[in-house]
Amino acid sequence: MRSTAANFEENSRKALADVKLRDALSRLSEGFPAKRRDAALRLPEFEALRDQARDIKNHVLANLDVYLEAFEARVVGRGGTVHWCRTAAEARDAVLGICRKANARTVTKSKSMIGEEIAINEHLERNGVVPVETDLGEYIIQLRQEPPSHIIAPAIHLTKNQIADTFRDKHRQLAPDRPLDEPRSLLEEARGELRGKFIAADVGLTGANMLIAETGSTVLVTNEGNADLTYSLPKVHVVIASLEKIVPTLEDATTILRVLARSATGQDMSVYTTFCTGPRRADDLDGPDEFHVVLLDNGRTRMLGGEFHEMLRCIRCGACLNHCPVYKAVGGHAYGWVYSGPMGAVLIPGLIGLEEGGHLPNASTFCGKCEEVCPMRIPLPEMLRAWRRLQFEQQKSSAVGRAGLAAWAFLARRPWLYRLAIGVGAAALGRLGRARGRFRRLPFGGAWTTMRDFPAPQGRTFQSLWHAERRGGGR
Amino acid sequence: MSESRAEILGAVKNALRHARLPESARPNSNASPAEHLGDHRANLIPARGTLGTKARIDLFIREAERVNATVARVSGLDGVPREVARYLSKQNLPTTLRIAPAIAEPTVPWTSQSLLTAEPGRAEGSDAVGVSRAFAGVAETGTLVMLSAPDSPTTLNFLPPTHVVVIAAADIAGDYETVWARVRAAGAGNEKGFMPRAVNWITGPSRTADIEQMLLLGAHGPQRLHIVIVDDEVAHP
Repeated sequence: MRSTAANFEENSRKALADVKLRDALSRLSEGFPAKRRDAALRLPEFEALRDQARDIKNHVLANLDVYLEAFEARVVGRGGTVHWCRTAAEARDAVLGICRKANARTVTKSKSMIGEEIAINEHLERNGVVPVETDLGEYIIQLRQEPPSHIIAPAIHLTKNQIADTFRDKHRQLAPDRPLDEPRSLLEEARGELRGKFIAADVGLTGANMLIAETGSTVLVTNEGNADLTYSLPKVHVVIASLEKIVPTLEDATTILRVLARSATGQDMSVYTTFCTGPRRADDLDGPDEFHVVLLDNGRTRMLGGEFHEMLRCIRCGACLNHCPVYKAVGGHAYGWVYSGPMGAVLIPGLIGLEEGGHLPNASTFCGKCEEVCPMRIPLPEMLRAWRRLQFEQQKSSAVGRAGLAAWAFLARRPWLYRLAIGVGAAALGRLGRARGRFRRLPFGGAWTTMRDFPAPQGRTFQSLWHAERRGGGR
Repeated sequence: MSESRAEILGAVKNALRHARLPESARPNSNASPAEHLGDHRANLIPARGTLGTKARIDLFIREAERVNATVARVSGLDGVPREVARYLSKQNLPTTLRIAPAIAEPTVPWTSQSLLTAEPGRAEGSDAVGVSRAFAGVAETGTLVMLSAPDSPTTLNFLPPTHVVVIAAADIAGDYETVWARVRAAGAGNEKGFMPRAVNWITGPSRTADIEQMLLLGAHGPQRLHIVIVDDEVAHP
């Protein structure tokens, strides 16, 4: 998808004024965090498993080349094909090439963030192949021609009434006055629409939560069962995955699965966890004749070994989104590209550059909740800070902001001057505001005073009180 | 493509050679990938996955019911058709079954129940009830482990709106790691690798919460999952 990450401020303003979005996001902040907490409490070993999950990925990333080659060898040994792609464009062409060879008219698709990253749907459509999203949330937003707003709950920004309106608008062959008030009737309608499409599709396109080097297997985690119908019914199964998804063994995958669903939805395990290994075997009654893995770099190798290396541990559970005060206020679309929340704010500049994604690392209060809940213990606040530093060093932040920071740095490095400036400033403000005790408006303080008054300082500064206390002078 | 392959692997090697990683990103052991791939070592297994036989089966049932599956117990495979007929008629569901060839006559005496019609094969879009046999169960989370095979087609697990799974009590393990060891042993003779084409962990019936976070069962996969535990059956071959 085309990025609007550079417009984060404008996007956020719109999001904050959107009443329906507020309604939808309030449900998110009540639901997921409590469910995650309960799931973690039910498993005494949860914290220790998080440590091990982190260690597994640290080991993989340090030996990534070896594991990638091992994975490829197992896929090929099982009759599958691995397509190495440096860029989104290469991955799009690889998928389209497979579809053309299969004379595909329709492609069923289960939710994939890499699919969003490479904008595969638009590419297939442009080239005469019809992609059909089958995850309920993805199906809804495909009808509305919107991008997902959450990694695991793509339609979280919509209310059921908005979805009902979309269905009435797009499913014109059905009775216009049918009742669609209940979520159940919406689900039944989508299920009915998609049934035939699952069976008629020529190619099934899925993502992968993990790739297993030991066996050449791809791992898919879903709750609906749509991914399983997507790979088991068509003649061709294409898996699109980025290269950091690799894990060494079945046991390692299992450890990560123990923390994935608990962190994401608060389930102990998602309903369907599927390990696909190669195409249909001799005498099998079902399964695809061809098995392809499209392996995407698209900027990951640039992050490897550097300051943002640890971001490559991410398993896309969405916990950092669910707990982020900024995400919960503006929702996923404001971030302007495929990913959102704290993980998006670190990953997007890494993948599409600081020029485009530079606003996002500033979308954080540094409350630290994201790191606290991350199953892979990714130091997200630390990396957000690193992006801000790089942005400053490369002179990519705003001139006003930079001038302000420079002035503050000048003062902060000269304690006597700092104390003097603060003392004089506080005294002056205190005198000016003595009558009311507060200010309705302040020069350079508009962002604060539009929403609330600024209290006038009273008495001495904290630092001078502190010094007096330490000298034993009392108050 | 081979040019991309060389370039990606080259970039990975180069990045790792010059890597400067903080403490939190460094591997905690120097085990080589070859060693690690070979030894299949289990990581931490939660205590609830290590119970004795009776407690293990009880936990499996409790966890499966917690995720909206229903569970029944019968003493032998002979008792399966009667339980399936009872379950379907109680729910007013169709009694024509698509069954996995692995549990066709004479392994399971379907004709003993005149109510039922059992047709072996893969699932088609019109099938109302699929019946298959699990390779194993995992007590930790009430999960069923299904392996694809010519006599155990994958589509049975997903296409029909009602899914009935037969499992021997002896096949219910405490944890996933025990099941992986059994999968390795079962596929040991295959020179291309032990992994079946599809391994499906199933934990409850299909569900979605994509509309206003409201939980609904039966999104695309089965709306109902009924597990029939067979007590006296020997473990999976």
